[in-house]
Amino acid sequence: MNPLVPEFLADYIPSLIHLSYLLASVLFILGIKRLSSPATARSGNRLAALGMFIGVAVTLFDREIISFQYIIAGILIGSVIGAVLARKVKMTSMPELVSMFNGFGGIASALVASGEYFRIAPQVFTAQELTALAVSLLVGTMTFTGSLVAFAKLRGIIGGAPVVYTGYKVVNTLVFVAFLVFTSLFFLDPGNTGLYLVLAGIALLIGLLLVLPIGGADMPVVISLLNSLTGLAAASTGFVLHNHLLIVSGTLVGAAGLILTLIMCKAMNRPLINVLFGSFGGNGVDAGLSGTAGGKTVKEVTASDLAVMAAYARRVVIVPGYGLAVAQAQHAVREVADMLEARKVDVRYGIHPVAGRMPGHMNVLLAEANVPYPQLFDMDDINKELPKTDLVLVIGANDVVNPDARLNTSSPIYGMPILNVDQAQNVVIFKRSLNTGYAGIDNQLFYADNSYLFFGDAKMSLEMLKESLKEL
Amino acid sequence: MDLLIVHLFIFVLAAFVGFEVISKVPPTLHTPLMSGANAISGITLVGALLVASHTGCVITCHLGFIAIIFATINVVGGFMVTDRMLEMFKKKGDE
Repeated sequence: MNPLVPEFLADYIPSLIHLSYLLASVLFILGIKRLSSPATARSGNRLAALGMFIGVAVTLFDREIISFQYIIAGILIGSVIGAVLARKVKMTSMPELVSMFNGFGGIASALVASGEYFRIAPQVFTAQELTALAVSLLVGTMTFTGSLVAFAKLRGIIGGAPVVYTGYKVVNTLVFVAFLVFTSLFFLDPGNTGLYLVLAGIALLIGLLLVLPIGGADMPVVISLLNSLTGLAAASTGFVLHNHLLIVSGTLVGAAGLILTLIMCKAMNRPLINVLFGSFGGNGVDAGLSGTAGGKTVKEVTASDLAVMAAYARRVVIVPGYGLAVAQAQHAVREVADMLEARKVDVRYGIHPVAGRMPGHMNVLLAEANVPYPQLFDMDDINKELPKTDLVLVIGANDVVNPDARLNTSSPIYGMPILNVDQAQNVVIFKRSLNTGYAGIDNQLFYADNSYLFFGDAKMSLEMLKESLKEL
Repeated sequence: MDLLIVHLFIFVLAAFVGFEVISKVPPTLHTPLMSGANAISGITLVGALLVASHTGCVITCHLGFIAIIFATINVVGGFMVTDRMLEMFKKKGDE
């Protein structure tokens, strides 16, 4: 008997719990719905948190729960760690934090499914329960190790370059086949806990082998996919426990992660299969340079000339790339934008989906620098405006503005959706030097008639531009 | 009706609702969406509570205990960091 429940209520508790689970599911859906606008998003997050609170609180009244010491200790430890992580993390490190949370969510689901297995182990399982158990174990555990590898790559603990060796695809296939073989053996002898542990070990290995060969540049896709898998792990654990709240919530997360995965793949113009098994895109690999500046000339611009161009423009669009965040220049760019706005210039930001290191990352970094969100435009919206724009400032971005993606069928990035900055009146590219982007592809934009280069560190250049604007 | 069929019904309908609702989230909010999804996937905490508290357990309650810690980190950390991010999204003039 659950010590929290008086005897006369015991008969009603299961129904009340299920109704509360329904309420929690509805709150999750309404919460996500409010994420459709930055104005309502914060209340949406709180609505979802309320749903979680209700779901967890009513579970404490379940008749299966008879002691609370583990629960209290576990929740206390977890809350402290979670709160510290959430407060301390820098916004540039969000991809690492999300990777870590992906891993924790995955392993928690796998542990719950395993706990249920060891509880029932001597008794009989239905085929459905066994299937749900195997899926939960595989997805949860591989998400854990896969996320740890992704975390280590993002942190720079291991290099971003794909870790490959000859025949790695064969090895990966064999390991996966081994999982299927042992799963079949396990189905024939479900009481064999040794087999269960072997399955767990193989699942750990699959996560490692799957993410190690994927290059650092593809991490936005990998994080999104692992995000999706944590949801599926929770949902399949719901199948094991016959718990509808886990199924609904896990599926919502699975859908979110899958949508983001597909958006990222589309933005990079690469099918998912190619990301997972193609091992392309290390950290700045030189994919055979096709003739750099040779013969072609670029026009340089000085800070004072640029200040005049910007101050007298009607509309300026700023295109930030991750180079902006690396140079810690978000605040400098916002100050320049403020000065231009004071001169009645219409300032907007055009943000490519892969501008940061995870979906939406650049938007968060700019919001942190107090850029008002109505000025943040996504690719499709800003592309409509670019032909009517007087000046584009490209800062720390390269491949995402390369017109070859639209015009040159032989370019490796042909077909990738880009920001069509070449259609604006004038384009100024902030660059350290004439090096290529990580794809190692020359950018025709630099040599166009309406393009100017502003050489130097992004932050220093923006400070110079600020000084020149003051003097105007 | 078979329990599995009921579960599948819920799973498939939730997937459709998920796709509908989430495809309306603008790219600006994709990072908070992911950290919020982390928090929601901590729902496995509910399952962890159930397996952690059985009597006379040898392995189950220990696995449940570790699961409670991991899932709580996700729930608390996920909702808090999402709130921290969403607080930064402001229009001009609102403080």
